[in-house]
Amino acid sequence: MSEPVQLDKVSGQTTTGHEWDGIRELNTPLPRWWLWVFYACIAFSFVYWIFYPAWPTTSSFTSGVLGQTNRTAALADIAAAQAVRAQMAAGLEKASLAQIAGDPKLLELALAQGKAAFGDNCSPCHGSGGQGQKGYPNLTAGRWLWGGTLDQIQATITHGIRAPNDADTHASAMPSFGKDGILKPEEIRQVANYVRTIDGVEPEQGVDVAAGKKIFLDNCAACHGEDGKGNIEMGSANLTTKVWQYGNDISDLIYTITYARNSVMPAWGQRLDPETIKSLAVYVHSLGGGR
Amino acid sequence: MTSSTQAHHGGSLLSKHHILERNPILLVIGILIMVAIGGLVEIVPLFYLKSTIEAVEGMRPYTPLELAGRNIYVREGCYLCHSQMIRSLRDEVERYGHFSLAAESMYDHPFQWGSKRNGPDIARVGGKYTDSWHVAHLTNPRSVVPQSIMPSYGFLFETPLDTRALVANVATNREVGVPYTDDQMANVMNDLKAQVNPDTPEAAALIKRYPKAVVRKFYPGSPEVTEGDAVIAYLQMLGTLVDFKQFDDKANLR
Repeated sequence: MSEPVQLDKVSGQTTTGHEWDGIRELNTPLPRWWLWVFYACIAFSFVYWIFYPAWPTTSSFTSGVLGQTNRTAALADIAAAQAVRAQMAAGLEKASLAQIAGDPKLLELALAQGKAAFGDNCSPCHGSGGQGQKGYPNLTAGRWLWGGTLDQIQATITHGIRAPNDADTHASAMPSFGKDGILKPEEIRQVANYVRTIDGVEPEQGVDVAAGKKIFLDNCAACHGEDGKGNIEMGSANLTTKVWQYGNDISDLIYTITYARNSVMPAWGQRLDPETIKSLAVYVHSLGGGR
Repeated sequence: MTSSTQAHHGGSLLSKHHILERNPILLVIGILIMVAIGGLVEIVPLFYLKSTIEAVEGMRPYTPLELAGRNIYVREGCYLCHSQMIRSLRDEVERYGHFSLAAESMYDHPFQWGSKRNGPDIARVGGKYTDSWHVAHLTNPRSVVPQSIMPSYGFLFETPLDTRALVANVATNREVGVPYTDDQMANVMNDLKAQVNPDTPEAAALIKRYPKAVVRKFYPGSPEVTEGDAVIAYLQMLGTLVDFKQFDDKANLR
């Protein structure tokens, strides 16, 4: 098992003195540098215990001289970033939307901030350029359900559309003319064709467009106007702009009239701060459709 | 014996390690003691430190429909690409909202923190998008997010929700510590149906039992309660229970 330490002739090293069935072990110590790094790590851990949270106690833990916690660190980081931004955005907070739009410096800031917020919050529905897609309005087309001025855009972003958790949300409901039995399928086809004609699209052959017009005036004009130009007070669509949120194929229109779409937009006032919403309003207004 | 051998087996404490080295049972016991100390120091405090067991106002058990949706979330492996854990880092807080609290997963068995973000964190996705967006996105993610690499889950909207195990599932959750009341236990199937039938007395009763529950037909395209309804009910609730305007970040740092 053990025997005297010997000098190994081949390697020139000594043995450890361990011996098993004639097999001996060379005494090869750890490299010095490695050993010192190891000791340094042990020494560092003592320093760490002094400065940072380390050891549990019966009801708490040793908080360390620096008193660091992940929460306070994050809160401090956020506060520092907000302080930097507050300097830049002091103008945004006080200025009206019109003033922001008129001041090149504020406008640049609002557009940059608005673009970032838009990418995260708005682009999943409205597209990265605000171009919209089927079911989600195009923000660049100048066609606005609830108004395209800076203030109207700000109100829409803040309170949303038919948002269930905001009392001031834009709310109006188009009836489900087919589902609720207000119009018969044939009548829906007629009025859908009439709607296409006021937008400058050829109606289907063999459909009584004149009857469609009468149905439109009786059922639709109250909200969409006799000329079909809509009304932003109640969010009714302008049917004459060639821009269609849900498409203007005859099948799309029949579906819209039968079931009504009544789309929903979240109330962003619940998630974003007022300055971000101001920036978003200015940014969305700048996309090409603002009034 | 030479002098060096004597030093090797000498009397100092450090040189006694050969006793452990040559006795496997003693070595195992020694290892167990060391691991137990590590465990005591690192794990046990989590059961009594205030910042890890703070009670947060607003947390409630999942409604039956949310729980069913959560089960589908787990079944489909959503956690493999989506985390539900906003870390206490500035960039995460700015993008996703207030950092996650331990209490926010107190009724999760198992929790869905995840460890990978092929997609974004969804700890606070509730209310961020509309139901119709979720339907479009789950059916064909690229129809609304062109650069998405998420698979399609359109079948959820064609599959009626299997509710056979739900009562037992709620009971099991109660067994492991989720405080479902007797009232909630007795109304699992009623509450499931009530959550997709707004403006009914049953829906009012549901909201009373589960404050802040979102009640509506999440997928209007099917008269039945589909798996899609359950998943969207779950998603729309994520991160909405705690009111952070009321929450004091600095109250429970210890």
